[in-house]
Amino acid sequence: MSASPGATGPLPRWADVALMPAINLLVALVAAGVVVALVGQSPWEVLSVLVRGAFGTPRGLSYTLYYATTFTFTGLAVAVAFHGGLFNIGGEGQAILGGLGTGLVALWLGPHLPEVVVLPLMLVGGALCGMVWAAVPAYLQAYRGSHVVITTIMFNFLASSLLVYLLVNKLKPPGSMSVESQSFAASAKLPAMHEMLGALGIEWPSSPLNLSVVLALLAAGAVYLFLWRSRAGYRLRAVGSSEGAAAYAGIGPKHQVLVAMGLSGALAGLVGMNEIAGVAGRLQLDFVGGAGFTGIAVALMGRNHPVGILLASLLFGALFQGGAEVAFEVSGFSRDMVVTLQGFIVLFSGAMAYVIAPRVARLVFGRMKQGAAHG
Amino acid sequence: MDEALIGALVASTLRVAAPLILCALAGLLSERAGVIDIGLEGKMLFAAFAAGTVGVWSGSTAVALLAAMGVAVVLSWLHGLACVSHQGDQVVSGVAINIIAAGLTAVLGIAWFHQGGQTPPVSDAVRIQAVFPSMADSALFGHNALVYLSLALVPVVWWGVYRTRFGLRLRAVGENPAMVDAAGVSVTRLRYAALTLNGMLCGLAGAYLVLAQNASFVPNMTAGRGFMALAAMIFGQWHPVKALWACLLFGALDAIAIRLQGVSLPMVGEVPVQAVQALPYLLTVVLLAGFIGKSVAPRALGQAYLKER
Repeated sequence: MSASPGATGPLPRWADVALMPAINLLVALVAAGVVVALVGQSPWEVLSVLVRGAFGTPRGLSYTLYYATTFTFTGLAVAVAFHGGLFNIGGEGQAILGGLGTGLVALWLGPHLPEVVVLPLMLVGGALCGMVWAAVPAYLQAYRGSHVVITTIMFNFLASSLLVYLLVNKLKPPGSMSVESQSFAASAKLPAMHEMLGALGIEWPSSPLNLSVVLALLAAGAVYLFLWRSRAGYRLRAVGSSEGAAAYAGIGPKHQVLVAMGLSGALAGLVGMNEIAGVAGRLQLDFVGGAGFTGIAVALMGRNHPVGILLASLLFGALFQGGAEVAFEVSGFSRDMVVTLQGFIVLFSGAMAYVIAPRVARLVFGRMKQGAAHG
Repeated sequence: MDEALIGALVASTLRVAAPLILCALAGLLSERAGVIDIGLEGKMLFAAFAAGTVGVWSGSTAVALLAAMGVAVVLSWLHGLACVSHQGDQVVSGVAINIIAAGLTAVLGIAWFHQGGQTPPVSDAVRIQAVFPSMADSALFGHNALVYLSLALVPVVWWGVYRTRFGLRLRAVGENPAMVDAAGVSVTRLRYAALTLNGMLCGLAGAYLVLAQNASFVPNMTAGRGFMALAAMIFGQWHPVKALWACLLFGALDAIAIRLQGVSLPMVGEVPVQAVQALPYLLTVVLLAGFIGKSVAPRALGQAYLKER
């Protein structure tokens, strides 16, 4: 990604921050609505069931937040790499490795150590594995000149082969039919939200929502502080916006490639805390399920800013949860519609940002000038 | 190894390699013109869906093939609209095409056929049969027309890229678009031409999956083949003949992987299937890193061309 998408004209800040994402989202929603109508369902019915399913009940809301947690991690991962001038398309693979790291620590230390020791170690294990998996393509980009987009795609496939190999040949308990590891010890399970709220005397329906939602918020805060309130973050952004200028100012671009991708991979690696430590309680196949790619849409929608990413994750969490409810209630509707919408969002707020943005700019500024002339 | 085994390996190598070759050539044309194509996977998937759907509805092979190519060309043009006509990011656009194809084919398949996204099988009359039915068991001569077409297209693309005026301009526009523009040739038109050919080839690759390999469309049936073709194109250093060897190598690895399942080799022991399946991607990374040979992309790859005014 060379320039920040959508930032073509001198739009006022409010338009750039709020109006553009809203318009892009609207265009994507309209496109998806056309598809929904095309397959013979009512877009309004789908939308209302979707919103009700995502936010209408405490249980629905919990699921929305649970999905949003994973998307926050992968969205932040894409954004950090982006600020370093890199496109990390390998969130999927880094998340797989993160889950693997988290799971291996849980299987290895879970039976021997108490929660307070095991859980942080699982977190570190996941982040480290994700980091290493991203650092290799970063190293190859910085020092061997191989393009990070291509290598991270290859690393996605390598990661999923590695996971399948380990699960089938090493981790699957002998005699078991399903491809998954044995269950973790009780100390290696992240507490669920309804358990924690229950302990405080608040009744909350059971859902996959767990403590990692707090971790996601902390991660977003940390990313903000790092990028805009620290020297290291400044260096990273400097290289991202102008490699030549940064190098002239004494910042080594090659090192920053490693930093950006390493942090990006670590963030993607945290997906394992939500899906493996928080929900599954064992290592499985397919626990990432495309979240790495959803992260791209989240980062584009959220304009690569932690606050935007939190909002965009919430949006995508709602779409996935609401979509599941719609699939249950409206016959013939499939959750793949949500995937389609996700694609439209990447298309309109990412790739086609240059098609829509200048027209909006012209519209807004034309009107402003008119207003000035009349006033 | 006995003759029958080698024959079977050669036959399945060619079967697996055919869509890879078509797709790798497609990617090559686009990338030689300076347009990154991550969307090969999505275009192939959508084309497969079109071939399956139209094949069932029309009962005609030709119409199904045209539909597959048409759909893939439209997606290529969408890519062009975002990244050639406007300065959209080529990688993001490709990712969008992949995600849309994965979602939309399933949505439409479920809505139209009510079989969980699958299309009903196309009839044998529509399927593309072996060219020489009498030699159906032969490793080299038992294949359908698309396999031979994919092989024949390699020299055609080579000739087109290296021996024609169009090819010279195509390569120039991928290396230095400003120069091509200065010579009075439209960068935009050249890139759209490359994308159109790219779509047609992706369409053939997708149609192959439904009309020649499987009998019906299944959601996500491309299963990463588009990315493997991308890898083969890079492994083949953006050169048609080298890309052909890469596709054949990857096809052979796939054929071997299936046969190695549960077999213990002397000296090595049991080789995990996943390791053989991962080898194409690993080899590509190693090549890209410059440890074996060197793969250099067209110079202007991924850069939008903004005409100076």
